[in-house]
Amino acid sequence: MIRVQREPFDAGSELRALTAKRTDIGAVVSFQGNVRAEQGDRAVRAMTLEHYPGMTEGELARLEAEAQARWPIQASLIVHRYGRLEPGEPIVLCIVASAHREPAFEACSFLMDWLKTRAPFWKLEETADGERWVEAKASDDEAAARWRG
Amino acid sequence: MRVLYFAWLRYRTGKASEDLALPEGVTTVRQLGAWIAERSPGFKEAWESEGVVRIAVNQRHITDDVALGPDDEVAFFPPVTGG
Repeated sequence: MIRVQREPFDAGSELRALTAKRTDIGAVVSFQGNVRAEQGDRAVRAMTLEHYPGMTEGELARLEAEAQARWPIQASLIVHRYGRLEPGEPIVLCIVASAHREPAFEACSFLMDWLKTRAPFWKLEETADGERWVEAKASDDEAAARWRG
Repeated sequence: MRVLYFAWLRYRTGKASEDLALPEGVTTVRQLGAWIAERSPGFKEAWESEGVVRIAVNQRHITDDVALGPDDEVAFFPPVTGG
């Protein structure tokens, strides 16, 4: 399942809902990304996430389908927020449930690495010096590349 | 066709989207990008920098050049920074 929303989410409730009444799941891995107040040498007051409605949902669904094709996954969920978020607020949640831990760890890592380079979101930071678009990192490309081939 | 611009490319073009008839002599998405660059100096600077402008056609990432039709949706944007 995938969801793109402005509202906050609660990782615990999402995890409980995803695994409720499931007896085939032996491992659940979750990742939550939050807004950090420190970005390098800048103090961030808030961050606004812009996205491409339609493509965002399509791309997240393709990522999830790719993970399901590569690993034996019993259930998965990706939630990504957009709009203005303040430090400490959650941005993204990725939960992967499997029979055993290795596929769950790997698929969750894969989903986050690919999401970072493929899901059409852009971050605009608010700092004391004004607004600044966050630049893509080469390390994100490298992290995504290790899952190719 | 519908053309969309995101993040700072939207600031460069001064618009989030525009509806265009496929311009004379333009048959591919790279030709469309070059055509837009001739009309928008802000876009041109980004377009001519290697690896800065990413493209989606009908909401799918593309890396190679593709042919365009009158009903296609084309988006130009900087590298994504979600997650």
